[in-house]
Amino acid sequence: MSILVKANTKVLIQGITGSFGARHAQLSIDYGSAVVAGVTPGKGGQCFEHGGKKVPIFDTVAEAARQTGATASAIFVPPPFAADAILEAVDAGLELAVAITEGIPVNDMVKVKRAMQGNAKTRLIGPNCPGIVTPGDGKDSHGGCRIGIAPGYIHKKGNIGVVSRSGTLTYEAVWQLTSRGVGQSTCVGIGGDPVNGTSHLDIIKLFNDDPETHGIIMIGEIGGSAEEEAAEWIAKHCKKPVAGFIAGTTAPPGRRMGHAGAIVSGGKGTAEAKIAAFKAAGIGVAVTPSEMADTLLKMM
Amino acid sequence: MNIHEFQAKQLLATHGVTVPTGAVVTKPEEARAIAETLFQGGNHLVVVKSQIHAGGRGKGTFKSGFQGGVKLCKSAEDVQAKAQAMLGQVLVTKQTGPEGRLVSKLLIAAAPEIKKELYLAVLLDRTTSRPIIMASTEGGVDIEEVAEKHPEKIFKETIDPAVGIMPYQARKIAAALGLKGDAFNSGIKLLINVYKTWWECDASMVEINPLCIVTGPDGKEALSAVDAKVSLDDNALFRQKNIQDMRDLAEEAPLETEASKYSLNYIKLDGSIACLVNGAGLAMATMDIIQHYGAMPANFLDVGGGASKEQVSAAFKIILQDPNVKGILVNIFGGIMDCNVIATGIVAAVKETGLKLPLVVRLEGNNVAAGKKTLAESGLTLITGDSMADAAQKVVKAVGK
Repeated sequence: MSILVKANTKVLIQGITGSFGARHAQLSIDYGSAVVAGVTPGKGGQCFEHGGKKVPIFDTVAEAARQTGATASAIFVPPPFAADAILEAVDAGLELAVAITEGIPVNDMVKVKRAMQGNAKTRLIGPNCPGIVTPGDGKDSHGGCRIGIAPGYIHKKGNIGVVSRSGTLTYEAVWQLTSRGVGQSTCVGIGGDPVNGTSHLDIIKLFNDDPETHGIIMIGEIGGSAEEEAAEWIAKHCKKPVAGFIAGTTAPPGRRMGHAGAIVSGGKGTAEAKIAAFKAAGIGVAVTPSEMADTLLKMM
Repeated sequence: MNIHEFQAKQLLATHGVTVPTGAVVTKPEEARAIAETLFQGGNHLVVVKSQIHAGGRGKGTFKSGFQGGVKLCKSAEDVQAKAQAMLGQVLVTKQTGPEGRLVSKLLIAAAPEIKKELYLAVLLDRTTSRPIIMASTEGGVDIEEVAEKHPEKIFKETIDPAVGIMPYQARKIAAALGLKGDAFNSGIKLLINVYKTWWECDASMVEINPLCIVTGPDGKEALSAVDAKVSLDDNALFRQKNIQDMRDLAEEAPLETEASKYSLNYIKLDGSIACLVNGAGLAMATMDIIQHYGAMPANFLDVGGGASKEQVSAAFKIILQDPNVKGILVNIFGGIMDCNVIATGIVAAVKETGLKLPLVVRLEGNNVAAGKKTLAESGLTLITGDSMADAAQKVVKAVGK
């Protein structure tokens, strides 16, 4: 098993004809993911062709979902239009909307979160995230479900869940695991923005309930208090070993470190506080990012 | 993005918030002219305020020895003299660092008689993903100190973004601030308009400290935003054309401005080991691992997910302009991108810049074998690292020698 997506989950791509969306649509098709539809308003009826596969393009998400049975969406729509694209996916009743787009205005996401309140059907992952990978059985984990921009080949099917705000730091953790012959159940990037759809804690709960996930790596960074909230829950309820790393010990306060959400302001969201919360919750803390996999494996 | 106080007050005034009458000037004679008008208008005091993007101006010291970046004056002559002493001088405050900031603009404004100082801010509450208004009766002081020592003196009201601020919420806050009568009514209007400023300008934060109870021209008590700070959401600047024009490049570090031209995210720090990394999280983690092995990072530098040869080259040039840099650590996890393309970019950049400092390169990911081969055959004396830990230890050792 896995969380959020299975190897055969049917995926549609919003913004499939843009250069960024198209490139990653191709990579997902190459990885063997079930990319069943694309959505670009005004290009309905055309096809996205790659590697001998023809993916139909629709004008609306609702139409794409109805005709193809897609249950998940990867959103590559540019920032000014991304909030609209997310809510379109929600309106179409998809189970999962994964917003890859970086640079969405914070107030737009405040509105999206408000509009999604009480909606139990659609889960939003991101925005500004690398997406989700549930590795497959094939060579280099081929045949899995890849939604987003993560490199598929670094994965290996297995039993470790990975959750992180950062893209390349997720790849680093995944690669450390794969290099040690340890596979992953699902790897989730929740994104680096201050307002996002799914928190560390939401994903930890899903991993905790997933019988195929035996251990968890949780990667956080400075800013906000999502890591502390997850740690508090883990201390009380998590049945599985969790190892973690917090990036940003050396970051100066008041400076946004790349991600809009990665900022220590008003003395809140420091790496020290997060690491202390991890330790208090019995989470194995990797003292350097090189030791994320080893820290977990020692606990298992 | 941060803007000046006078710009923040312009945005607030546009949204109907009362701010003290005033104007921004760049010359002492202009300061005098504005002051004369203000005194003629019946004001008894005029304030001269240095406009820099840093707090602590009032208690700051100019490098010339002149004390205070904010001065109250009783005459137009005095305003001109104080303006003369501040303009073109470097002001050092607790927030500027020892290098200070050049003062090239002054806000000359009426200084009303203040009956009480309050605190007001609008910002995003990340735990609820909703706007929150914070208000306190303890104005004119460091609010973080109030939050620490007297958390009960900070009143918070969460706003539902679907409906915006409701008048009853403004009344609740006004009551919590102890406002009565005319001040209560003035406060409600001000609170609603401050919230509107935050929302309509796509601000990350609007902070009014102090928010003051003053006597209005009609003799009634009213509220006035005597100092104001507004920071904006960079992601929303594309739709805030007027605010884009408020950017003051003189307030930004030149290397950071240069980096942004190449879509590089660079922040200068104080250490000796420069780093060049793809991805913000990995870039922060790279800084951390340098510190873990006993040195300090010279910068944060995220070249983004699709670093091109031109970007890598520009990144090297920016890093090398920092005189504190004694060594460089390149840490690239080439997930999708070809490591050989990056290796080729590094080799070209090193040759182009004539790099003499120790360079440690850690490449991982797609086509990494070819990338390592390119580095090995380049004839350059660079050091390769196998893991982040290996690379960080090697660069710390190389610089320590």
